[in-house]
Amino acid sequence: MATLWFCIVAVMLAVYVILDGFDIGTGAIHLFAAKSDDERRKVLRSIGPVWDGNEVWLLATGGALYFAFPQLYASSFSGFYLPLIMVLWMLMGRAIGLEFRSHIEGPVWKKLCDSVFAVSSILLAIFYGAALGNVVRGVPLAADHYFFLPLWTNWRVGPNPGILDWYTVLSGVVALVALSLHGAHWVALKTDGDLQQRVRKASLILSPALLVLTLLSLIATLSIRPEVLRNFKLAPIGYIIPLAVFGSVVLMFLFTRRGNDKGAFLASSTYLTMMLVGVAFALYPIILPASTGEQFNLTIANSVTSAYAMKVALVWWTFGIIIALGYFVYVYRMFKGKVSLTGSGEHGY
Amino acid sequence: MDSALLVHRLQFAFTITYHYLFPQLTMGLAPLIVVFKTMYLKTGNVRYNDAARFWAKIFGINFVIGVVTGIPMEFQFGTNWSHFSRFAGGVIGQTLAMEGVFAFFLESAFLGLFLYGEKRLSPKAHWWSAMAVFLGSWISGYFIVATDAWMQHPQGYAIQPDGSAALTSFWGLVLNPWALWQYFHNMAGAVLTGAFVMAAVGSFYLLSKKHQEHAKSFVTTGVIAGFIAAILLIGPTGDGQGRNLAKHQPATLAAMEALFETKPGAPLVIIGQPDVEKKTIDNSIEVPYALSFLTYRKWNAEVKGLDAFPQSEWPQNISLLYYSYHIMVGLGTIFMAILVVAGFLLWRKKLWDARWMLWILMLSFPFPYIANTAGWMTAEVGRQPYLVYGLMRTVEGYSKTVSAGNGWFTLLGFMGMYTMLSALFLFLITREIAHGPEPVVNTQTGPVRAVAAEVR
Repeated sequence: MATLWFCIVAVMLAVYVILDGFDIGTGAIHLFAAKSDDERRKVLRSIGPVWDGNEVWLLATGGALYFAFPQLYASSFSGFYLPLIMVLWMLMGRAIGLEFRSHIEGPVWKKLCDSVFAVSSILLAIFYGAALGNVVRGVPLAADHYFFLPLWTNWRVGPNPGILDWYTVLSGVVALVALSLHGAHWVALKTDGDLQQRVRKASLILSPALLVLTLLSLIATLSIRPEVLRNFKLAPIGYIIPLAVFGSVVLMFLFTRRGNDKGAFLASSTYLTMMLVGVAFALYPIILPASTGEQFNLTIANSVTSAYAMKVALVWWTFGIIIALGYFVYVYRMFKGKVSLTGSGEHGY
Repeated sequence: MDSALLVHRLQFAFTITYHYLFPQLTMGLAPLIVVFKTMYLKTGNVRYNDAARFWAKIFGINFVIGVVTGIPMEFQFGTNWSHFSRFAGGVIGQTLAMEGVFAFFLESAFLGLFLYGEKRLSPKAHWWSAMAVFLGSWISGYFIVATDAWMQHPQGYAIQPDGSAALTSFWGLVLNPWALWQYFHNMAGAVLTGAFVMAAVGSFYLLSKKHQEHAKSFVTTGVIAGFIAAILLIGPTGDGQGRNLAKHQPATLAAMEALFETKPGAPLVIIGQPDVEKKTIDNSIEVPYALSFLTYRKWNAEVKGLDAFPQSEWPQNISLLYYSYHIMVGLGTIFMAILVVAGFLLWRKKLWDARWMLWILMLSFPFPYIANTAGWMTAEVGRQPYLVYGLMRTVEGYSKTVSAGNGWFTLLGFMGMYTMLSALFLFLITREIAHGPEPVVNTQTGPVRAVAAEVR
């Protein structure tokens, strides 16, 4: 049952990363991809009606994590205090830049909003990647299951790490490139004309870069934390995961070159999912490794809530998530197809 | 007081107080927007649809700020209150997760359709999207109140060997008797804010002789909805809430009323300044026996004063608690008076000429916000010295690993962010109100719209 909830939380997180990932990626590239005001508005309209719902997956995942693994929630949220609060500020900046851009006329305001939206999205991508890097690298958990990390110390992964060190910054860059690609595929899917050509071109440049960066980060991971191979040796079927990761990068490139934006979007979704699955698979049953010694690891077993709570939650969760998926299918169908700027006087953005 | 504890408390108090300024309006406006949409469907009069669209814009701006200031709330349980989260997460994590799954998905999915999808939807489908947003926001309110109710009056749990609380009864948590009264009291408070804001905007238009037809329907809707809400607030829900307090948090009740001594036939203090050191109330105006009657329905019933409890069980800030409570109740009484007079004038069809009443309605919109805030302060300051009443003290719950310095950094950051948000919010709202509810004939997109409005 505990493993089931571990999988549920992981799946919810993956859904969040895929859905809000394209919002973030779109934000990260839009200053470079969209040149005119009309193009910017097209970009914003491609995510406008859905970003808020996508962001709810973060809250829902946080909620599920909170009740299913209260110890993990308590330890990691307080330990990653500063970056998490900064993520909140970025989420605010993104929402404000996105939602209030069209409320005030004038190029200065629009430029300001575009920049806030872009900078927030870029930093969000980097922070999310760095967060994942921290989880893989491990944190200095004490015997009471708590820790605290400053933003940076000496940029090394050694015994006194910060949130940011060379390894987690590398993870952050991987995430930024991966989410930018994901966003580019989304924009290509939802627009046409010059804008579409430009984001496709960006994708063709970024995907080889992602291939190199992913390889680098894989090598780095193996060098700082060789234990990650343990589960792969136990269950060799796991080797499919890295294959899928690299395969999906190649597919992004090929699909984009052929102008198959849907295929490219699915490929980047696969990439993001497989990266998360890879981390979850490599760590299981650990959920937050301790750099201070194996005995301090947070595992599924020592973080989980009571059996009754998991059982009763499974009932309402299943029921609720089916309804929620229904909303999402409905909303995405309502806003399907290419975005246009005409014919909707009451439209925001 | 440990300074790290102080800063964690300040940050939570600041962010939650600021946050709740926005949801109280959106939760209050949502049903009123549904009323306008319903009137449109029933009568076919487009003016109601224009009214709904105007209020949807106000709703939308408030909603965005509500969302961005709301996300920090759930996160702060983990970041700033990790020991509390470890203790209570297995229980209240359920209601918070349910809020995400049952309320936020519904609300966020349909908000986009409601705000931007009117052209794509049939009038009936658009009505449903308004309804979905209304339901989403009210379901969300319930789960938050249920979470707070568990902290006020823990139910359906057992303490595990490791010292944390584990859920033992799902329905005990979700149908906590504390939550039921608190929810209806809170939602009536939200409707009151929505109603007063609507009436204030209508009065402003009437006084400035603009959009008069719309303005009359705003004032009418606001006064009627406000009147119903005020009755519910004072009547069943406020009373139920008070009796829950007497039963489960008697020390809090005594502190709210600044009743230092246990006595039969306890008076109700209307005004006065408590002196906690000397255990007296200066300059007090009291209604004799009223507290006993309101609490126990008997004029001579004995009400426990603070002396009946060890000082370690007293809320630490008795004066603040006393004032929060008295401000809430005092304002509630004033709202009732305003709404009775306004309602009477409306009924006698004299309200549109009674400019003095329109002035009062226009100027009173900030006070429901104050009353709602004071109400929540009563609940949360009254919960002290406990974080989870009777189970965990506030001093035990905060993140011991997060230093005061890091806390101040983020608190000041939040203050800066929220100051900018406030400026932006006021600017945008003023613009929407100045723009008014009349539709723009031009069907062009964004930029041209406002220009067209200026030209017109």
